[in-house]
Formats: sequence, C-alpha cells, structure tokens
Amino acid sequence: MSDQPTAAERFLNGILPENPVYRQLLGMCPTLAVTNGMKPAITMAGATAFVLIMSNIIVSLIRGLLKPHLRILVFTLTIATFVTIADRFLAAYMYDMSKQLGPYVPLIIVNCLIISRAEICASKQSLGTAVADAVGMSLGFALALASIATVREILGSGTWFGINVLGTGWPAWGIMVLPPGAFLTLGLLLGGAEWFGKRRSSRAQTG
Amino acid sequence: MPENMPEKKSYIGQAWLVIVLAFCFGGALAFVQTTLGPKIAENKRNETYSVIPTLVPGAATDRTEELVVEGADGRDVRVYKAFSVTGEHLGWVLPARGQGFADVIEVLIGQDAGLETITGMYVLAQKETPGLGDFIRGEDFQSRFAGRPAQPPLEVVKTEPVEANQILALTGATISSESVTTIVNTAVANLRDVLATHSGSHAPE
Repeated sequence: MSDQPTAAERFLNGILPENPVYRQLLGMCPTLAVTNGMKPAITMAGATAFVLIMSNIIVSLIRGLLKPHLRILVFTLTIATFVTIADRFLAAYMYDMSKQLGPYVPLIIVNCLIISRAEICASKQSLGTAVADAVGMSLGFALALASIATVREILGSGTWFGINVLGTGWPAWGIMVLPPGAFLTLGLLLGGAEWFGKRRSSRAQTG
Repeated sequence: MPENMPEKKSYIGQAWLVIVLAFCFGGALAFVQTTLGPKIAENKRNETYSVIPTLVPGAATDRTEELVVEGADGRDVRVYKAFSVTGEHLGWVLPARGQGFADVIEVLIGQDAGLETITGMYVLAQKETPGLGDFIRGEDFQSRFAGRPAQPPLEVVKTEPVEANQILALTGATISSESVTTIVNTAVANLRDVLATHSGSHAPE
C-alpha cells in the first residue's frame, strides 16, 4: 500500500498531471458534445463531480467486501444509481438545462473516468484518499470542459455564460458551436497541453 | 439435490453484496423519485401549457381546460381542451408516450376541434441517439406533422411525401421517426371517439 499515491498527490494529479481529458483522454463524449456553451459544460462537470465523488465514497467504504470478479458489477450499479439521482435532480430543478443536455446526463454511466477512478483508487485506498482523488479529477474534468467551452462559446457566439464579450460586431463563427468546432478546439488544446507538458519536463531535466 | 446445496450457498456468498446494494440503491432511487417526481411533473405541465398556443393556433393558455378521459384502451388520459380568448373551442392537446429507439419518447399532439386535422406535434421528452434520432425535437421534424389528416393513420416515407398522411423520415433516424409517428397514430385513434363527445361548447368562465 505504501507505493500508492497519498491523498494530496491524488488530488493534485487529477487537476493537471493526470487531467482526465488532456492527459488521459477520458470522457470524450461529453467533452465534445456539451462544450458549445459554458452553462451546459459547467452543469455537466457538476453532475459528473457528484457521481464521481459519491461513487468513490461508496466504493472505498465497501472495498474490503469486494469480490474481484464482481467488482465491475458493483461499480456499475453504484455509478448508475448516482447518475439517476443527478438526472432526476436536474429534471426537477434545472429543467431547461436537463432538456438541453438530453441523453448526455444518463450517459455519465459510461464515462470511463468514473469507473477508472473506482478501479484505480477507490477500491484500493482509504476514504479520505478516494474523496481527494474524486475532487481532484472532478476539478480537472471541469477545467477541461470549461477551457473548451470558453473557446467555443466566445468564438462561436461572442458570449461567455451568455454575456456578450466580443461586442455586437463579432461575426460569430457558427462552426465553433457545431460538432466540427468541438473537434478543432479539442485538437488544438490537446496539442497545446502536450507541448506545455513536454516543455515543462525538458526544463525540469535541464534545470 | 444435496449435491447442489453447497453451490447455491456459494452463489449467495458471492453475490450477497450485490443483492444488498441493489436493495439499498433501489430504496434510495424510490425515495428520490417520490420526492422529485411531483416537481418534474409540474415542470412538464408548465412546458405543456407554454406550447399549447403553438400546437393549437389561436389558443389562449389561460383558457385551457384540463380533462381526464377514458381512452379506447380503457386507461385514463389527461387531455387539454384549448379555447380562444373569446372562449371558442379550437382544439385539443393530447399527451402521448411510447417506445423510441433508445428510450421512451413523450410527445404532445395538437388536434383541431373537429378531430380531423393534426395541428401540431411537440416532443416533450426523448433520449434518442445524439446527432441522429434526437433531431425529432427539431422544429424541422416537428413541423412535418402540422396540417396532416387525423385519418387515415400517418405513415413514414423515405422520399418526398406524395400523400397527405405521409411523413418524411429523418435521415439516419428512421426508427425514431417511425416511433414518433406510431405514438401519434396510437394516441389519436385511442382518444378519437371519447373526445368527439366532448368537442364544442365554450370555455368555462
């Protein structure tokens, strides 16, 4: 157990060094689908964070009872329960957003980020570490979605959170809020993250 | 039989955690549904009222009357009787639901007072395939139902419609298109006779 990362390391790793989107390429479906605006992106990040934190808590608490061949079934059962709760909550209190996100909230069930954290961390480490890991990964996922949504909404609509930031003269590049804009933005930001990471590691080696 | 006993015990021994979790999670979901269900139903009702003037042109939302009628299938259905500002009966809005490609689709159907024409269709809830089937909620697809006859039943076609009762399918989403059309046909047929007995009259003051 001593070779496992500490709670602080888990937390920090999730934000940048092991960012779920930019470093692990997990959760690509919501990353591409709901980042045409900041509001849906942040709502999706919040729903994913709720599911990730709750599933990590449950899995960590019952980790001593898990049978190796049944663990994936238990993970899926746990994740599906909290996704359903998040879906119902959005339908009750954020009805318009729930309709806008459509099937992408139920699709959190198949977001590999959540089941991978249950497998890698929560099923092996203590409750505190599992929570720190879930919070770090949730922040990393939220940062990734927010960065992509920022580029797409500003260039595609001239707004940020619906507030006009580029003035009425901005022509609004419609392609940026359409699916091609998602792929273009993700590709460019992934390239930027990779370049930044390599530059950092080469500086660390030479320094 | 005795030889099987250890194996059965082993099954329970292996799966007890899954069984306990299933019961706990099931209870939690039942509680969530019981708590949030009325709020979600209210949201849908508000949305229904907001689209009544679109589904029945000229209808005034505040003059709408809700009725619970028994359909031909024996089930009670809540329908909306739409009136103009002056109280003239203009048509009906029928909530309906049925299986789509991925999940249940809920729609609202507008009909004229004489039950001869479909005046509009609105997709209230769906979870069809993103980028394909979910285009059923688009204005383009929904508008294909407006002005169609209530009889004979609507049918989905893949080429430009030549008959009044034909609906052009969405490209790449034929099953979703057919699902919506079937839901509309079923609801219209189910309520035709009972609504005919309630047609006409003026809005309650």
